[in-house]
Amino acid sequence: MVEIRNIFKKFGSVEVLKGLNLDLRAGQVNVIMGPNASGKTTLIKSILGLVVPDKGEIKVMGENIHKNWLYRSRIGYMPQIAHYPENLTPLELIRMISDIRKGNPDTQAIIEWLGLQDFLDKKLRYLSGGTRQKVNATLALMYDCPILIFDEPTVGLDPVARLKLKDRIREERDKGKTVILTTHVMSEIEELADRIIFLMEGIIYLEETPGKIKESQGEASLERAIARILESQKTGIDA
Amino acid sequence: MLKILKYSFKDIFRSKWLLIYFGFFFVSTWFLLYFTNDPSKGLVSLLNIILMLIPLMAIVFSTIYFYNAREFTELLLAQPIRRHAIFTGQYLGLSLSMAGSFFLGSGIPFLFFGVQNSDSSGSLINMLLMGVLLSFVFSALAFAISIYNENRIKGFGLAILVWLVMAIVYDGIFIYLMVRFSDYPLEKPAIALSLLNPIDLARINILLQLDISALMGYTGAIFNKFFGTAMGMAVSVIAMLFWTLIPLFLYLRKAGRKDF
Repeated sequence: MVEIRNIFKKFGSVEVLKGLNLDLRAGQVNVIMGPNASGKTTLIKSILGLVVPDKGEIKVMGENIHKNWLYRSRIGYMPQIAHYPENLTPLELIRMISDIRKGNPDTQAIIEWLGLQDFLDKKLRYLSGGTRQKVNATLALMYDCPILIFDEPTVGLDPVARLKLKDRIREERDKGKTVILTTHVMSEIEELADRIIFLMEGIIYLEETPGKIKESQGEASLERAIARILESQKTGIDA
Repeated sequence: MLKILKYSFKDIFRSKWLLIYFGFFFVSTWFLLYFTNDPSKGLVSLLNIILMLIPLMAIVFSTIYFYNAREFTELLLAQPIRRHAIFTGQYLGLSLSMAGSFFLGSGIPFLFFGVQNSDSSGSLINMLLMGVLLSFVFSALAFAISIYNENRIKGFGLAILVWLVMAIVYDGIFIYLMVRFSDYPLEKPAIALSLLNPIDLARINILLQLDISALMGYTGAIFNKFFGTAMGMAVSVIAMLFWTLIPLFLYLRKAGRKDF
């Protein structure tokens, strides 16, 4: 679904991605995790075309994305809590995206599912972080895209909405979609991940199922297993 | 691009500052006309407001707008749409709303004071067009500065500096050079120097049209002598178009390959 071949990216003198290779498969929730500044955001932004890699190739459904923009119609993207034009309403924002993407969006069902009906005509500046996040979720899910990217999707959401979104992510995966997710919430990773892609210093340090990671570290919880990996890496560097 | 333009318009038109900007021009033009009671005198008084404030406001608002729209730009970049369409749409959305606010804000009071029945209507239209052009020039400069500077404090500082140099410091440098090299023939260098400042170009254009030699200053007089009135005005307009297109080109070129 998404093939990433040997991509490099430098910001000034800082090398963020150092020859990264990755295949993101359909029908799986691929969780991208790693410590701060490990290249998670740069990787996601490279897939979306927001960041242009210095070297290497990315293919989305077999199509090279370099200087290409149409491929993005196959991707639904839910960014982190963001500030959008404050004087627009959610309805206008949703209309704008459907204006750009055309096709037949399934907005009504998602709006009702997230309980956004009462906020559609309020200006974005008056909405809480969680409500804005619901608007983001609507923008990502209103089209039936084969690839879904969620960047810290549950931050700011209330428990009910969080559960709904997690259920939805599972449903989308079961429909055979490629789900790419970044999050820092360990319980979410444990619940959702089919595969964990652990980035460290610009390369893939580990690519495994959560079960295998726990097993290899001899820990019952994923959080402890990950902490153990990080610590062993640190002592490795110190030594 | 038109879609982006449409929604930028919607957003900007609802914000208070655009209304304040419109209101400022409306009230100040109204007062100038009320006190002078003569559209042609009102025009001359409006001249300095246009030459100083439009560049300042255009450069400040455009810089703020560009940096504030950053996260929204990222959302748009993740959609199936060409990069250039997004960035051109945002530039046009802002510069057209600012130019429109000024045009209506200053133009409507003149209609109330009967400019259409006086012989100043041509001058008014010319002056309004210069204000519109200045809005385009300084918005383009602001967008170009902002996209090359990731750090918004630095970008904002640089934008203000550009305004300061063109609106104020430039005159000082100009006079210094003229005095320092007064033994040499200076006509051509002086013309070249005025082409380097869009504010001066707008001033020369308006004064050539109003035909007020006392206010033209050195560059205005040279322009008049060298090109004649009509040609001088045409040259200044063309130079200002370049002042819009070159920063716009640099901005779009950077936008095409920038990482967000």
